[in-house]
Amino acid sequence: MQKPADTNRDNHDNITAPSYSAGTKPRFDHLLIAEMVAPGSRVLDVGCGDGALLQLLTETKAVDGRGMELSRERVNACVTRGLSVIQGDADRDLADYPDQAFDYAILSLTIQATRYPKTVIENLLRIGRYAIVSFPNFGHWKIRAQLLLTGRMPMTENLPEPWYLSPDGHLCTIKDFIHLVGVADAEVEDAVAFNSSGGRIPIKNAWSLQNLMGEKAVFLLKRRH
Amino acid sequence: MADTAASTTADKIADTAVDLAREAAARLVEVHRPSSEIVHFPETAPLRLDCQQLLGPFSIAYKTYGALNAQKSNAILICHALTGDQYVASAHPVTGKAGWWETLVGPGKPVDTNRFFVICSNILGGCMGSTGPASTNPKTGKAYALDFPVITIGDMVDAQVRLIDHLGIDQLFSVIGGSMGGMQVLEWAARHKDRVATAVPIATAPWHSAQNIAFHEVGRQAVMADPEWREGSYLDKGTRPARGLAVARMAAHITYLSEKALEEKFGRNLQNRTARSFSFDADFKIESYLRHQGSTFVDRFDANSYLYITRAMDYFDLEAENGGRLARAFVGTKTQFCIVSFTSDWLYPTRDSKDIVKALNAVAANVSFVEIESSKGHDAFLLEEQEFFSTIQGFINAAAQKRGLGGAPRAGLRPREAQR
Repeated sequence: MQKPADTNRDNHDNITAPSYSAGTKPRFDHLLIAEMVAPGSRVLDVGCGDGALLQLLTETKAVDGRGMELSRERVNACVTRGLSVIQGDADRDLADYPDQAFDYAILSLTIQATRYPKTVIENLLRIGRYAIVSFPNFGHWKIRAQLLLTGRMPMTENLPEPWYLSPDGHLCTIKDFIHLVGVADAEVEDAVAFNSSGGRIPIKNAWSLQNLMGEKAVFLLKRRH
Repeated sequence: MADTAASTTADKIADTAVDLAREAAARLVEVHRPSSEIVHFPETAPLRLDCQQLLGPFSIAYKTYGALNAQKSNAILICHALTGDQYVASAHPVTGKAGWWETLVGPGKPVDTNRFFVICSNILGGCMGSTGPASTNPKTGKAYALDFPVITIGDMVDAQVRLIDHLGIDQLFSVIGGSMGGMQVLEWAARHKDRVATAVPIATAPWHSAQNIAFHEVGRQAVMADPEWREGSYLDKGTRPARGLAVARMAAHITYLSEKALEEKFGRNLQNRTARSFSFDADFKIESYLRHQGSTFVDRFDANSYLYITRAMDYFDLEAENGGRLARAFVGTKTQFCIVSFTSDWLYPTRDSKDIVKALNAVAANVSFVEIESSKGHDAFLLEEQEFFSTIQGFINAAAQKRGLGGAPRAGLRPREAQR
């Protein structure tokens, strides 16, 4: 995989790692994303939540990180922690960013809550040289089994709310996502499926197995041309 | 008995009159000989104004707090709003009141004067020592009055640049300001990109809206309708357009609050009475409050300054200044921005701040944006709002750390909540 060159950046080596996150254990999906990010790169985290991923990337990869988050409370918490985060909506506000402004545009466990996933993915690929997208896999065997056996919308650890309360209007399986990647004129650079116990199932070509066994997946994408 | 009461009342009135006269005199002294530091720029180094006139000589009065470090990298410029002044964190020399942003600026406060060198100057056009319409025109020996050129926010910033040059500072660690102060922050960031490491425009807008121009025009017309204004030459004629300026302040003050704040603070409550008086006395608490705001304002502010400064705000339009595209103002910026708005501020609503954020995103600038929940209207930025303070503190600390300006601050630096 070709990593972006660390050119023309501020001197990231001088950044002192803030101490306020010490003691909190990074989430497994965040660690997987961090593995895909080159040190010193420019990162936009869309739907950055409480800023945990941005914090991790700043501390371990010395990235120049920015975030966008829908919830005002979470935005304010991020800025209070010293992160550069704005209040914004992935469906509406990504259009404001110029082409190729970032090395990575990240959408972490957020795509299922967007209104127009295809447009969002296209924007990520336009804004970033790479897009990193993680999502809960609706093709996981537990979910399939629940739907098959109970005949009702599945509820799991990753999808804890009943369908009528859930913000997740656009759930998809790993296979569905790969289909969208093609539709959005992008290609997969790297991909990992994983489950809650922290086991990882590298996605190569045997998509069906991952689609059955992975609870979540992380994809590194880039534009095809 | 009645005589005694009458004479006591008369004494009180006389005392009040003396007090007011003393305050008015004190204010005039501040115009010419401010209690703060002041720097004079000679006629040979005039300011080229946006109206293409040259202004010189001119003076800028300013206060500083804390100490400049050896690298001169810890300076923060605070820009004041329409009726503010340089006394951001120390007592006002005329009213004796605490500094206007003492909740935010001071030792151990979010803008910590133990760590930062804080500068606050009276704006060009002001009346607390910097050159303005109440200052003496060297050509006539009289007050400038309406001979003072119409100035802009950009002119105010250019004058501040002279001050920062005078202090030997190349780059400001931060420029912070609310309302009109926020407009100055935006001008600094747009006109002097390399000299601003971080910028914090609060409760402000990239241009003055029609509604805001409308309110200002009401205020100006109130001043000009006062016969004591004397076509602007009241200082020479020895009169004071106090009533007109008070009305202007009353109207403006309404725009600084919110309907909810008015409802909560005053409602329809009566002032010192149990029934309506069937007169035009200040029956209602809100009337009494506004009259008080008006009358105390005229003791510390110059009417012509009010005209000039409101005009400068009306003329502010960073988009028009940049060929109709706001983002152009920020092309190539390396400044780190923190934009703050307040939910109940209808004078400079959140959507105005979002326009700034949008423009900054369009050039992929480093920007944080928070909207603070508050019922207090535009005034919220001057009040003790915990969420606002922790945002500013978090932003400043992280930016300072990034630039090697001291480690994490000592624990317990949260602003006091006790004053709530």
